[in-house]
Amino acid sequence: MSDARTAILERLRASGGAAAGAQLEPKPEPGSGPTVPVRRFDRSHPQLVERFCGMLEAVRGEVYPVGADWPAVLARLLGESGVETLRYGPDGPFGAALADGWPASESTPALVPHLGPVEDCRDALFAETDAGFTGCLAGVAETGSLVLWPSPAEPRLLSLVPPVHCVLLDSARIVPTLHGLMADEQWHRAMPTNALLITGPSKSADIEQTLAYGVHGPARLIVLLAHGDNLIAPA
Amino acid sequence: MTTEFRERARRALGRDRVRANIRRAMDGLVLKRLAAFPDREELERLRDQGQAIRDHALAHLPDLLEQLEARCSANGMRVHWAEDAAEANAIILGIVQSHGAGAVLKGKSMVSEEIGLNAHLLRHGIEPIETDLGELIIQLAGEEPSHIVAPAVHKDRREIAELFRVHYPQESCGEDIERLTALARRVMRERFHDTRVGLSGVNFAVAETGTLCLIENEGNGRMSTTAPDVHIAVTGIEKVIARLEHLAPLLTLLTRSATGQPVTTYVNMISGPRRTGGDGPDERDGPREVHLVLLDNGRSGIHADPELRATLRCIRCGACMNHCPVYTRIGGHGYGTVYPGPLGAILEPQLQGLHRRGELAQASSLCGACAEVCPVRIPIPRLLNRLRYEHAQGRSAPAVGDASPTAVSAGAPPPATGPSARSRDRAPPRRARMRVALQAGIWRLWAQVHASPARYRRLTSLAARLHRLADIVIARTAVPWTRTRTPPRLAAESLHALARREGYCDE
Repeated sequence: MSDARTAILERLRASGGAAAGAQLEPKPEPGSGPTVPVRRFDRSHPQLVERFCGMLEAVRGEVYPVGADWPAVLARLLGESGVETLRYGPDGPFGAALADGWPASESTPALVPHLGPVEDCRDALFAETDAGFTGCLAGVAETGSLVLWPSPAEPRLLSLVPPVHCVLLDSARIVPTLHGLMADEQWHRAMPTNALLITGPSKSADIEQTLAYGVHGPARLIVLLAHGDNLIAPA
Repeated sequence: MTTEFRERARRALGRDRVRANIRRAMDGLVLKRLAAFPDREELERLRDQGQAIRDHALAHLPDLLEQLEARCSANGMRVHWAEDAAEANAIILGIVQSHGAGAVLKGKSMVSEEIGLNAHLLRHGIEPIETDLGELIIQLAGEEPSHIVAPAVHKDRREIAELFRVHYPQESCGEDIERLTALARRVMRERFHDTRVGLSGVNFAVAETGTLCLIENEGNGRMSTTAPDVHIAVTGIEKVIARLEHLAPLLTLLTRSATGQPVTTYVNMISGPRRTGGDGPDERDGPREVHLVLLDNGRSGIHADPELRATLRCIRCGACMNHCPVYTRIGGHGYGTVYPGPLGAILEPQLQGLHRRGELAQASSLCGACAEVCPVRIPIPRLLNRLRYEHAQGRSAPAVGDASPTAVSAGAPPPATGPSARSRDRAPPRRARMRVALQAGIWRLWAQVHASPARYRRLTSLAARLHRLADIVIARTAVPWTRTRTPPRLAAESLHALARREGYCDE
């Protein structure tokens, strides 16, 4: 449809001069545009953590402060709510630590490595997985959001298809705003194929504006909040 | 004199249950938005930024579209351009058919409604699967969305429970909202697992990085764009923004204006298909193909007019309709167009032409609530006035054809458009044309009277003297107004005369 392309661009160009743009900016350069001051909040780190937890819990995210024994805490949490299988990426940043610290007992959910392309494990992912585990890039205090960049080790569907999504977040990675994070870490230089903000479990208010949780994504979002030196560093 | 819109509005006003549902929902959304912007100064600052970002994007639209195309292509997406609904439908159908798919998972997309995509797919034997709960409800009911953010807002739980009972008789869940929602999850699960092509709209397309940003709460949007082999995104050409960072203020404006949420559950930024065969390890899920369809469908015509261009700043939050006294009473179906409310009243007459939808510009009391809440400061009342003016101008001239020479008509799509959803509409009935002509005549008279103080004084004193007769004339001629209201009565003496007598200077 290159005809459509040419015609649309020609029409837009023809109107460009006549309209508001004429005296404002002569020629845009890639990446130009109005400079918007970066949204930030001057808060101490403990305040940021508090805000993050409050915002996430307000949308029914579950936050659990954890120490070095976080795999055991997770196993107990999941076991108590009847979860039988937890899928994880063995090559993910915390994959080895999760497997090492996973308690071996009858009541503990089975730890299932999520490997291979989705075409090979679609059935298992949709039908036989109760929970998925991933790491995350950061937490955003302003909105209580988790920032995920799914990777080959922890692909996109691992945080979406299983009914429970478990995330380990290092509290040092809680930043004030998404805007600040994008600017500081220069996201615009190289975006991953998929970047996500996740703020609470899936929900809908399409029936009488009444919130119902667990629509098409996970019904539970469990965040294990690790504090600094308690955390087993990423591999 | 009755026209299509008036008839629709009259019928909508008669549906008490729908009105109550919409009223309740809109009141709730207004309060939620208010609570989401506790800091007035911050709100105004954000609105300034939102407007500046969108204005900049529109001022550089052709260059940004080219940049978007280049970046998306470099990221491995395929970019398509469509002049109108027919072309967009053909492109999408072609992609679906090339994969031999019999069904398409649909995330919520108003542009897909605009082009009548579902009907087009069905005509070619392909099932469109609406995955958003609200969209599913209206698909089951065979209706159109009544709100751009909350498509099933006009239905209450009893109607929805009845719909589900009829369509999924094997499942029983009564009228409990949690159970109705859980049913939608069970029904859709299998479709997410099996379907090979997904389609979505786009909230913002970032030129700098070739990123498509989508927001949602349910997870169906992520499912539709992640689980299938092929993802098709369809969007209007105006949705582009220059920089990734611009997303930050726009996202916060959009979600807080729309539903009062600080952020939606999911913000999904897609910058390409599954990456395989590169330097690093292969990605293991995500679509193998991502297509972006850029739709004009009249937008470049709107872009050509410096004043009306502001229409294209819209980020589709729906705040204008939530706050609109007309929308709140007649609901989305009262408008008879894909985009309802104040947004629809300025957008639809421009997309479809004044000759077809010009009357929608009358669907406003010009109270200004829409402009007051618009996150990108679209001066909706001013644009409504402009459209009313052009409508009256174009139509009062004798026998003006459809090719009226006003700027707005130039904004209508080229005459050679295919069988889009809108070309099914009839030409405007004679009654509507007469109405516009009469209106123009009355306003001309009004202008003449008000242009000369002497003439004005003569007429008001005459009206005051004959006030009993004037009352009868008003009651007879203003029937549509007085049917539900007490007719105004003229005083025996004008305010000017009274003031003069009291010794006030009236100059």
